[in-house]
Amino acid sequence: MLVVNTETIPGHEVTRVLGLVQGNTIRAKHVGRDIAAGLKNLVGGELTGYTELLTEARRQAVERMMAQAEQLGADAIVNVRFTTSAVAAGAAELYAYGTAVTITPTGA
Amino acid sequence: MGDSGDLAVLAIYVSIFFVLLFCGIVIGGLRERSHMKSLDTRENELADITVCNLKTILSPDSASNAQMVMGQVVIATDYFKSLATALRSLVGGEMRAANSLMLRARREALIRMQEHAKRRGCNEVYNVRFGASAISQMSGKKGAMQVEVLAWGTAVKRGA
Repeated sequence: MLVVNTETIPGHEVTRVLGLVQGNTIRAKHVGRDIAAGLKNLVGGELTGYTELLTEARRQAVERMMAQAEQLGADAIVNVRFTTSAVAAGAAELYAYGTAVTITPTGA
Repeated sequence: MGDSGDLAVLAIYVSIFFVLLFCGIVIGGLRERSHMKSLDTRENELADITVCNLKTILSPDSASNAQMVMGQVVIATDYFKSLATALRSLVGGEMRAANSLMLRARREALIRMQEHAKRRGCNEVYNVRFGASAISQMSGKKGAMQVEVLAWGTAVKRGA
């Protein structure tokens, strides 16, 4: 499954649009990480706990989106977008969406 | 005398808590299930309105009547799920309760957008975007999760 954030895929032609597919997840770190992040705010620097959290969440959201595309019988997802939102304190929502399509390689 | 008064107040608070919790589980659960069911049926009814987030309109010669359509919803979760989310943020991990809230909100917004497109006589929606904002912080109360979701896109009419 090809996942791109462009509208077209070089060397391929979009043959059919199957519709919007999406995946989301809301994750939180345990309270210890929140305290560590709070302390980090005093001295600055990367909040590794939260970096990890968002990386994990992003991967999961993409996986869920791909699972949905697979169900529709898609070969690729084009024009993928990500958004984040803070739904609850200390938690992050990752949301990925794109258009599931079928493609064929354009002749050599 | 003071002791028994305090105990009575405590008993009232505890019983209010359990009543709210019970309402959350029973009524909130029922309402969520019926919302999911209505989402399923309306999604099936609107299956003829194709939705995608491509910016370019495929074969634009046969498309007409382009216009912006949108759908918006503000939705809140129940007391029990708010509590579950607060507990989850202590131990970390995925917040399933909040997840279902966001999914319901997005599906509802998308359906309202499709309905808007249908009312305008269109049957394809391009370049769909989602915007979300948490309005729980505005009310100042912690725990009550409320989200606003807006979906918008460009609707076109395909064919005659």
